[in-house]
Amino acid sequence: MVQKKQNGPLASYFDNCLEDEFWGEKSWEKAESKIIKETVNTVISKSGLASDTIDYCFAGDLLNQCISSSFGLRELNIPFFGIFGACSTFVEALMLGAIFTESGAANNTLCAASSHFCSAEKQFRFPLELGNQRPPSSQWTVTGSGAAIVSKNGKGPFITCITPGKIVDMGIKDANNMGAAMAPAALDTLLTHFKDTGRNPSYYDAIFTGDLGYIGKEILIELAETKGYNIKSNYNDCGVLIFDKEKQDTHSGR
Amino acid sequence: MKPIETKKDYQDYVDKKSPNSPIIKNCFNAFWVGGLICSIGQIIFNYCKFRGMDVQLSNTIVSIILIGISAFLTGLNLFNKIGKFAGAGSLVPITGFANSIVSPAMEYKSEGYVMGVGGKMFTVAGPVLVFGISASIVVGIVYLIFNTQAITLV
Repeated sequence: MVQKKQNGPLASYFDNCLEDEFWGEKSWEKAESKIIKETVNTVISKSGLASDTIDYCFAGDLLNQCISSSFGLRELNIPFFGIFGACSTFVEALMLGAIFTESGAANNTLCAASSHFCSAEKQFRFPLELGNQRPPSSQWTVTGSGAAIVSKNGKGPFITCITPGKIVDMGIKDANNMGAAMAPAALDTLLTHFKDTGRNPSYYDAIFTGDLGYIGKEILIELAETKGYNIKSNYNDCGVLIFDKEKQDTHSGR
Repeated sequence: MKPIETKKDYQDYVDKKSPNSPIIKNCFNAFWVGGLICSIGQIIFNYCKFRGMDVQLSNTIVSIILIGISAFLTGLNLFNKIGKFAGAGSLVPITGFANSIVSPAMEYKSEGYVMGVGGKMFTVAGPVLVFGISASIVVGIVYLIFNTQAITLV
């Protein structure tokens, strides 16, 4: 919840916004660990649950061996499943949490994910100080973390139905156009979901994807149209919502 | 819109859908910033000659000063802003080479001086060095084979 997010259109909805990308730590990786740790502590204290009543924790991030979450959550003392789904990590955690809770294996599961712009750029792209140009289709990784507790009891919101996605590779090789690379998989998941449930897009108040960005969002709307589904009116993308692309220079969104 | 069946269809569709970089603006900025950097180099060169240094020494001094300035600006988090504006204009001259070594050195300092700075310093410039040096060896061998004067020298 750093700079870019702080000035973003959704800033007022966050529990905590950070001033800089280090948050008093020596490295971006340590800062990311601290971010997920503090987020998880916040969600636990907000839920009013004692932390020993949480049976399992599903969490992940973008870095090798999920170091941000495993180091950030080591003092939590809750059995931990490290997961990697890149952009889908948080939803993957929610799905697994829901299945564990539904099956009776757990009463409360903690689901969390984090990412950090600087640590992600360092791992996957170029050093930040390198004087290169970002193409207009590139996206800006969010620095921040989110967490939720999936519980047997409570007032909701509820998870009523999940449709895990398949890996769909349409051969996009441009690392600066992730929206286009991910859109076909999003489409496949949506179509599977509509077919499984027999519902139409109009059944939903809102349909969200994680981080397709501006280009991916447009592609998904058009691809869905070719398959006979009109999602234009109630579909949006979180990557589009989280940044103000003109003011924050984030090119194509998250 | 026609239905997309193959990977190639999709690639074509994405190419059409994705915005292009503003090529004319980028070229213009690259042209004048690159030209400015080279002019600064030429001014330093002429000054060195004026102070009575020979060509080789003047060349070395130009490189050292440009590399120094570029490394310093990288450290101040300014070079990436110039690079974002000028693109190849600041990357192609020796300033870009200095930046490509200093920036990973800064980035990986958090992993320690030996394995971090030392080990990762050439992650960006490494390929340039490997293929640059390899190419010079190949050219040297070709020169040795076809230049009889060189053989007599050996």
